[in-house]
Amino acid sequence: MAHAEASQVEGHQQHPLKIYLWVWLLLFVLSAFSYMVDYMQLQGLLRWSLILLFMFLKAGFILAIFMHMAWERLALIYAIMLPPLCLLVFIGLMQIEGEYTYIMRLIAFGAAPDIVPPPH
Amino acid sequence: MTEDVMTDTQTMAPELTGNKGLVIDWSSDKQAFHVPWGKAMMWIFLLSDTFIFSCFLIGYMNVRSSTTVQWPNPSEVFALSFGGQPIPLILIAIMTFVLITSSGTMALAVNYGYRRDKKKTVLLMLATAALGAAFVGMQAFEWTKLIVEEGVRPWGNPMGAAQFGSAFFMITGFHGMHVSAGVIYLIVVAKRVGTGYYDRHRGGNYEMVEIAGLYWHFVDLVWVFIFAFFYLW
Repeated sequence: MAHAEASQVEGHQQHPLKIYLWVWLLLFVLSAFSYMVDYMQLQGLLRWSLILLFMFLKAGFILAIFMHMAWERLALIYAIMLPPLCLLVFIGLMQIEGEYTYIMRLIAFGAAPDIVPPPH
Repeated sequence: MTEDVMTDTQTMAPELTGNKGLVIDWSSDKQAFHVPWGKAMMWIFLLSDTFIFSCFLIGYMNVRSSTTVQWPNPSEVFALSFGGQPIPLILIAIMTFVLITSSGTMALAVNYGYRRDKKKTVLLMLATAALGAAFVGMQAFEWTKLIVEEGVRPWGNPMGAAQFGSAFFMITGFHGMHVSAGVIYLIVVAKRVGTGYYDRHRGGNYEMVEIAGLYWHFVDLVWVFIFAFFYLW
């Protein structure tokens, strides 16, 4: 902790090499796991929950360690990490809109027509 | 000289941390972020970039959930065969590993920068740039294969929903542009480290390496989301 305080006062982010190497290895393992999700052809709930889990773990480690967010002060962390939460509302709205369009298309045009190759 | 003194007082953080530190940092009309201004500005730029990429990914989610036509299976579309059985998503997996490797070399470059180890910093930054260039090269190969062999166009494709092409070219194209810009940015900063520019003009402060690193890690971060939502979903 004393070390982290010192680096903040200097405005520098100086940390032991070991932590970077460990996170690097971890990112490799997590990437391999998320690739295995596709390789093993997992489907349904298991598939997308694993995809999301590995995605958030990777994103979290990159942000916290490689981008040094774990050692920044709360003022910077909140200023950067809170605004993207608005995106959750945006995602929800667009999901509702997408489903509405889907239903409207089914009602208006019926089931999917045969796939037509694009004109060349 | 005065510049150095100013930087020192600006980055000096009050003793309190946590919630009390948050209130102190935001109160009394004074500087809120106790980091070099370049770093704060890079973070704010990355925040805006987050919204741009999110708009693309949300747009992709919207067109994928609203189409009544079958969405092409990325696992098959992006499969490659080396003589025998096609391996699903193999090129994308290699690209992911290349980008993570480059993120690791960049993190080490930042670390050696603060240790004032110029030679290692420059070498690691150039390695990062080379890996980034390799990533863009593989992406060019992927695009060529998709356009020439699979007949994917922004307005349609033989495998299913027409929106697949537009979402793919928009999202990966914008990300590839970020990687390309990052390669140039890294080479410029590496050159300045190597020629001693920061020793002469910034009093030996290598924070520019960390700021360039933030951009590079962000590019990797965006790829994590693209990989999950576009290729794996």
